[in-house]
Amino acid sequence: MTRTIRLALLANTFMAGAAAAQDVTLTVESWRNDDLQIWQETIIPAFEAANPGIKINFAPTAPAEYNAVLNSKLDAGSAGDLITCRPFDASLELFNKGQLADLTDLESMANFSDVAKSAWQTDDGSATFCVPMASVIHGFLYNKSAFEELGLEPPATVDEFYAVLDKIKEDGTYIPMAMGTPDQWEAATMGYQNIGPTYWKGEEGRKALIDGSQKLTDEGWVEPFRQLAKWKDYLGDGFEAQTYPDSQNLFTLGRAAIYPAGSWEIGVFEPQIAGAFEMGAFAPPVVAEGDTCYISDHTDIGIGLNAASPNADAARTFLEWVGSDEFASLYANALPGFFSLNSNPVEMENAVAQEFVSWRENCEPTIRSTYQILSRGTPNLENETWNASANVINGTETPEAAAERLQEGLASWYEPQQN
Amino acid sequence: MAQRKGFRWHIVVFLAPAVLVYTAIMIIPLIGTLNLSLFGRGEGGRVFVGLANFSTLFGDPRWSAAFWNALANNAWFFLVHMLVQNPVGVMLAALLSSSRLRMAAFYRTAIFIPTILSFVIVGFVWKLILSPIWGIAPNMLDAVGLKSLFAPWLGREGTALTTLALVSVWQFVGIPMMLIYAALLSIPDEVIEAAEMDGVTGWSQFWKIKLPLILPSIGIISVLTFVGNFNAFDLIYVSQGALAGPNFATDLLGTFLYRTFFGFQLQLGDPHMGATIATAMFGIILVGVCIYLFAIQTRLRRYQF
Repeated sequence: MTRTIRLALLANTFMAGAAAAQDVTLTVESWRNDDLQIWQETIIPAFEAANPGIKINFAPTAPAEYNAVLNSKLDAGSAGDLITCRPFDASLELFNKGQLADLTDLESMANFSDVAKSAWQTDDGSATFCVPMASVIHGFLYNKSAFEELGLEPPATVDEFYAVLDKIKEDGTYIPMAMGTPDQWEAATMGYQNIGPTYWKGEEGRKALIDGSQKLTDEGWVEPFRQLAKWKDYLGDGFEAQTYPDSQNLFTLGRAAIYPAGSWEIGVFEPQIAGAFEMGAFAPPVVAEGDTCYISDHTDIGIGLNAASPNADAARTFLEWVGSDEFASLYANALPGFFSLNSNPVEMENAVAQEFVSWRENCEPTIRSTYQILSRGTPNLENETWNASANVINGTETPEAAAERLQEGLASWYEPQQN
Repeated sequence: MAQRKGFRWHIVVFLAPAVLVYTAIMIIPLIGTLNLSLFGRGEGGRVFVGLANFSTLFGDPRWSAAFWNALANNAWFFLVHMLVQNPVGVMLAALLSSSRLRMAAFYRTAIFIPTILSFVIVGFVWKLILSPIWGIAPNMLDAVGLKSLFAPWLGREGTALTTLALVSVWQFVGIPMMLIYAALLSIPDEVIEAAEMDGVTGWSQFWKIKLPLILPSIGIISVLTFVGNFNAFDLIYVSQGALAGPNFATDLLGTFLYRTFFGFQLQLGDPHMGATIATAMFGIILVGVCIYLFAIQTRLRRYQF
């Protein structure tokens, strides 16, 4: 009798073991440690409910360390099954080293436009190695309550933009625009890449720069710097030492009226403002009424498959799901300001996020001009642009000199720019 | 003929731990770095390039401009320390060793405390103090009617480096103070008494008797300052970031090395050029220390008491 029970117990253990072995656990490498809660509470349960047998473990590292940590983990063979992909060269290098698998044949890839996929493709576009997850859009956030108080309307043209800034400055209650230069990337990303596409005509200019038919000293590329130089008068006292968190706080505390922004700020700002005032958004102003507007709709985050993963089949199932409409809607609503790259429009509840995404209907989207190919050499165009934008706003370098310097640097290693 | 002694094994045994540890954590990495600087990235991995990296660093207009800029900033950083930190340290030590000073132990501790703080705390606290938006520096100047003197010092090319050098002086002034203080205390009373018998008192006693006796300590402090300053990185990284803004005005060799070796934002890291800069830094520090050891220290007079 005892023997039977023992056997039964033994059999039971084996069966339990077998059942557990069917469960595959996929580990996701990511730099988005801010999103841990959203993954654990929203995304993972939704996937696991639909796909029994596959468990997801979201394991993020700090953003600044991510690239270094991921590279060493991949080299050592200890990286997770799924790799969150930085756009362009950082991920392309991993693919070229054979560390990211080719995902071109994934069915859900059909849900994404070519622009969306361009951040995670080989230069000739023949292989795609990450599923696009989200993009961020640049524009301006503004304090609606302050605008109402001063009787202002969000500007549509460049002239209106400066007229609004002048009025806020004249009134003196608010700092017209919250931005500082010491962190440099604010000046380049929220400044140059925000208003720039209007002048270099988005994709047209960006591609012309890559094939060498335009230069950074051309009018379309210098004019954004001239505009930035004008911003100086509208920034707060001591903007030369105003850091990124300082700018964020100035806006959320209601001391500044306009904030040159990336859409990722929406999710950060709303809880901080906590209803103290109403926040609105307007697109980068156009030169003359009726001009085509251009926005920077930058492909920022994707997800790929570790080529060495032993659970490639399960991982592909997950990636198919990431490419689906269901994921797009879950993700975009959980993280207002990170917009799905899925071609099928996603319903979003957040009003400011809706405003940002509505620009896609009328405006031509482009990505940040320095990200594809042009930042491969030394000096690095993206890093140089940070420096040049900050200098121009500080008034220590003229727009023309800055453009000249960038062009020289680019031409020193990038062949299509050398003639 | 005297009987030959056996090999003195105990010497080897006693030296071994220090030699092994030092070799493992200092000598081998150092040689590794020097070696790394002789290679470059080529087709299919690492290739030997000889001194090509050095000719890029010193010959290429961009690399050399960045290098000389960092070196010049570093020299200014060092000069500020030598002109402010060390004289102030000597002065504080002289004040502390005065027998008429009350609460000397309190001052000594208070002045030394910043030295044991982390760079991260110091950088962050000073950045807040000097912030034009939330800082107390503008308000304090306003309180005495000097608001017009305030400027966003950390954000201007002309003032950022000097400001950071002074923050570093504030942090480290305790070290020269303590070393000089110890040297002053070790001067025997007989010497002081003899000086007093001869009528040498007060300031002239300090200049003629005490200062010559503490010169060797000042020499050591200068070397420590030199090595510390030319390896400096933390304070700049914490307060200005790896790009050492504005416009590289605060770029030291340390931040230049960091950016090159580990890469920054879209710039991928280049361990070979990084190692080249590290080697150049090593050479600069080596030359500086050698100048001190052979040209200065051997000429310092030693006094036997």
